[in-house]
Amino acid sequence: MRIPLAALIGLILTAIYFLAAIFAPLIAPYGVAEVVGQVWEPSSADYLLGTDNIGRDLLSRMIYGGRTTIFIATAATILSFTTGAILGFLATVLGGWWDQLMSRFVDLLMSIPTLIFALVVLSVMPVTVPVLILVMGFLDSTRVYRLARAVAVDINVMDYVEAARLRGEGNRWVIFREILPNALSPLVAEMGMRFIFMVLFVSTLSFLGLGVQPPGADWGGIVKENADGIVYGIGAALYPAVAIATLAISVNLVADWVLNRTTSLKGGRG
Amino acid sequence: MPTLVKLLAQRIALGLLLLFLVSILIFAGTNILPGDVAQSILGQSATPEALANLRKELGLNDPVVTRYFSWLGGALHGDLGTALTSRLDIATEIGRRLGNTLFLAFWAAVIAVPLAIFLGLLAVRYRDRWPDKVISAFTLASISVPEFLIGYLLMFFIGVKLRWFPSTAISYRPDADLFTRLESIALPVAVLTFVVLAHMMRMTRAAILNVMQSAYIETAELKGLRMFTIIWRHAFPNSIAPIVNVVMLNLAYLVVGVVVIEVVFVYPGMGQYLVDHVSKRDVPVVQACGLIFAAVYIGMNLIADVVSILANPRLRHPK
Amino acid sequence: MSDPLVKVKNLKIGATVYPPGEKPHDIEIVHGVDFELEKGKVLGLIGESGAGKSTIGLSTLGYGRGGVEITGGEVWINGRDILKGGLGALRKLRGSEVTYVSQSAAASFNPAKKIMDQVTEAAIRHGKFSKSEAEKRAVDLFRQLSLPNPETIGNRYPHQVSGGQLQRCMTALALCPQPDLVVFDEPTTALDVTTQIDVLAAIKQAIAATGVAALYITHDLAVVAQVSDHIMVLRNGDMVEYGDTDQIINAPREEYTQALVSVRSITHEEKKPTPEPVLTVKGINARYRGTNFDVLKNVNVEVHPGQTLAVVGESGSGKSTLARVITGLLPPRDGKIEFAGRNLSADLKGRTREDLRELQMIYQMADVAMNPRQTVGTIIGRPLEFYFGMKGKAKRERIQELLDEIELGTGFIDRYPAELSGGQKQRVCIARALAAKPKLIICDEVTSALDPLVADGILKLLLNLQKVEDVAYLFITHDIATVRAIADSIAVMYQGKVVRYGPKSQVLSPPFDDYTDLLLSSVPEMRLGWLEEVIEHRRMESAGN
Repeated sequence: MRIPLAALIGLILTAIYFLAAIFAPLIAPYGVAEVVGQVWEPSSADYLLGTDNIGRDLLSRMIYGGRTTIFIATAATILSFTTGAILGFLATVLGGWWDQLMSRFVDLLMSIPTLIFALVVLSVMPVTVPVLILVMGFLDSTRVYRLARAVAVDINVMDYVEAARLRGEGNRWVIFREILPNALSPLVAEMGMRFIFMVLFVSTLSFLGLGVQPPGADWGGIVKENADGIVYGIGAALYPAVAIATLAISVNLVADWVLNRTTSLKGGRG
Repeated sequence: MPTLVKLLAQRIALGLLLLFLVSILIFAGTNILPGDVAQSILGQSATPEALANLRKELGLNDPVVTRYFSWLGGALHGDLGTALTSRLDIATEIGRRLGNTLFLAFWAAVIAVPLAIFLGLLAVRYRDRWPDKVISAFTLASISVPEFLIGYLLMFFIGVKLRWFPSTAISYRPDADLFTRLESIALPVAVLTFVVLAHMMRMTRAAILNVMQSAYIETAELKGLRMFTIIWRHAFPNSIAPIVNVVMLNLAYLVVGVVVIEVVFVYPGMGQYLVDHVSKRDVPVVQACGLIFAAVYIGMNLIADVVSILANPRLRHPK
Repeated sequence: MSDPLVKVKNLKIGATVYPPGEKPHDIEIVHGVDFELEKGKVLGLIGESGAGKSTIGLSTLGYGRGGVEITGGEVWINGRDILKGGLGALRKLRGSEVTYVSQSAAASFNPAKKIMDQVTEAAIRHGKFSKSEAEKRAVDLFRQLSLPNPETIGNRYPHQVSGGQLQRCMTALALCPQPDLVVFDEPTTALDVTTQIDVLAAIKQAIAATGVAALYITHDLAVVAQVSDHIMVLRNGDMVEYGDTDQIINAPREEYTQALVSVRSITHEEKKPTPEPVLTVKGINARYRGTNFDVLKNVNVEVHPGQTLAVVGESGSGKSTLARVITGLLPPRDGKIEFAGRNLSADLKGRTREDLRELQMIYQMADVAMNPRQTVGTIIGRPLEFYFGMKGKAKRERIQELLDEIELGTGFIDRYPAELSGGQKQRVCIARALAAKPKLIICDEVTSALDPLVADGILKLLLNLQKVEDVAYLFITHDIATVRAIADSIAVMYQGKVVRYGPKSQVLSPPFDDYTDLLLSSVPEMRLGWLEEVIEHRRMESAGN
């Protein structure tokens, strides 16, 4: 199997980010909350990216921060995906009343911008990592539901699904053997997009001070802590930009490739 | 005509119903906690008296339905209550800030919308050539970086290093002259434009391409018409609805983007007001702001719906 | 002797294809075609899908659809090689000297503009007529094409007129600028047969009245025989045969042309009804959920074991709804269905596995009737597993047996549907139905999406299988020729009712009811002068009334 260059680069970078996240304690030169130097020291042999607003090593904070960001984003994506996809497929297969009920409720949830809704809910909730994952995951599952349902509805009206029903197949066969194999590629590609969105979402929340709480580190939080430096011409707050952008683009490249590869499998879908 | 009027009435009624349900949802969202809102607002160390006072103030001793309707009734009369933390009337506070936010969003839209449509057309005209590719690379980049980071990047390079524009909007005064006001919001407007531009361009491109691939465009080509005539007489009338849809969708998105950008540039608008009071757990303010943002969002989508109904020849000229 | 109007020399056309998973590359789809066309004459271009007939037609406008490009040769029109003049010259040619009528007028009219504006646009833009002259001419054309309310129909929007009317408006659009050549690209293919004949007659009259030359593109030899002076038969981008219409129809030289002419000449001896029908449909009334009218009104039919009932009708006649009722997808409002001596539950859920097994279905579009992610082996093997619990070697052997029966042989079992041709796909669907050892197969327009020769192959296969497996067919179709080829008995449906029902010999012999008469007489016959006869006959009849 040949992997195109763009996808290969994406794959390698994504892998590096995930490995760095998993092995953060082994890689990071200093502890996450350890004050090791002066405020906003420039980069040096000791502190590759310099130090932050209270003298902690920025590289270590970026590595630990990546760990938190990637963990939360991954967990929220999984939650959003399983909930959204299962409910979307169920709505299609069950049809009728159930479909109406779920779809209209999702319409309602989607008529409030996600960020605003998250802010409203977080104003009364204790801001902890599990709460963040739950709120982000459930709010985002509405988008996955829409997509999963739209894809499944298209497949469900195909004659081959009707043929399976006429044969007497049950809902399980229809979902797993007829619909899922044909829905997989758009869903996997969407999973990449949802993951990116989650990274941006949790970073935004942390930046607004409503995500990961200090002294824990995450990329959005690092921006918030070092934002004051910007006006003095200190760019410490911009490192997360590079990290988030490269991670997002890498994941995007991989998702694109997955989508192309699976659709071209043996002549594609229909 | 009657079908058209009926459809429009239905859409608008549906929008109002949606708004009503959203108000329930927002109210419920701040009341779903297992346990006590007052406790979670004040934290574990709160004294029993403080808790009792807050409960009374929030009306937590009344049943939830009563509280909802008194809140909704107040909101309908323009009474949004008072903020817990500052004791200021929320409606007046919002009144001062809403104008600022709309001013910011307005100028971002004024720049972004024509630019996006123009660039979208350009991408269609030079499809699969370099202008198109540059545009899609730009899109990929801009959806990969959160708004606030784009904000800081511009602030760092343009505001601080190059010193072209003020790096924050903290000095913004609504009563200053237009030029001063515009100068102080130059950077936030640039960021917002950047954020919605990519999406809007891409969607405009897709919408026009969709129309250009129709069989009636081929008919027009086979009539020997010029490209300009084809686009103006045949593609444009059919592209209005999808483009308005794109614009409205992105303006709705803009309204959300404003929240974050206001925080970055310390701009005295609705967004900052909301975020501040979320951290302070000032529930009445959060509810009021949430409702207004949601209303704007629903309104934008409603306009898009109405325009696409009005632009549909099948509905305008029924059989 | 003046120069011919159109002179095409060694025309070569290429296209860029984008096969999934591979690099896009160029292929040649027309390999050097020559023809000439005199002023005022009609040339028919005929061939199956992929023959390159539309592509050749569009080349006389210097136009290529999608990635299609003219790669070589010359196209002379009115003494100019149009491929040499550049885009500006082409623009002057299109819509002025040469115009185009497409298959789907519904898609080819701009939904946002009035018909009149679109019909007159080319004539006005090219400066051929003033606005008022062009509109007057358009009204004359509307009248000539027998459109209702010719004075006002132009003020309507495309969606406000019927499909057949819109197709005639498209013809008016093409004729309005007084072109020298009109390219008709399958103008009647999308229409019902009783509508087709009116449009065909209108087009023929308009061509005669305006003295325009035409290229008439179609896959239906019987249709093209009615309108053209000469016919060119194409196959896979090559010319097979060229001659005048009489010669092509009555004395075809090439084997391929002979096959096209003799298509649908399968003969099938009608079988006598048996005392015990396998399927009895009694007093069925049915409507779709959320509607308030019946799509089926008191339908009664019977299918006898090992025989074929053809249900024939045009779009909207309710024939496909009948299939949905019988399969249990649409429970009827009243009436009952007896199958193999038992009462069938109205609802799919209430049917036993035996009911389901013995009643199988084959669809029109084989493409979407098979899961693209399953191999042929899985597709055919699933019913074996599901109904008979077959596994492993036994299953694989049985699959191969079925593949042999549908004349596909070895090597197909591990292929995916996308790797099969249209005819092969339909054969696999037949095998899937046979795998269940059914008593009755419902065939819903199973040959409509196929080229005539391929369709013939499928019909022959079905007839053979009927003998071997003793299976009954309920055959739904809009095509009378197919009905003649395979039916033992026939039910003619019109607006939800069975208007004529009985053994084939009886249904197809006079005296007819009005609708059956209209339907039967509208089916194009492969002989010269048929269209004139029918039109004349109808004119006399209506004059007599």
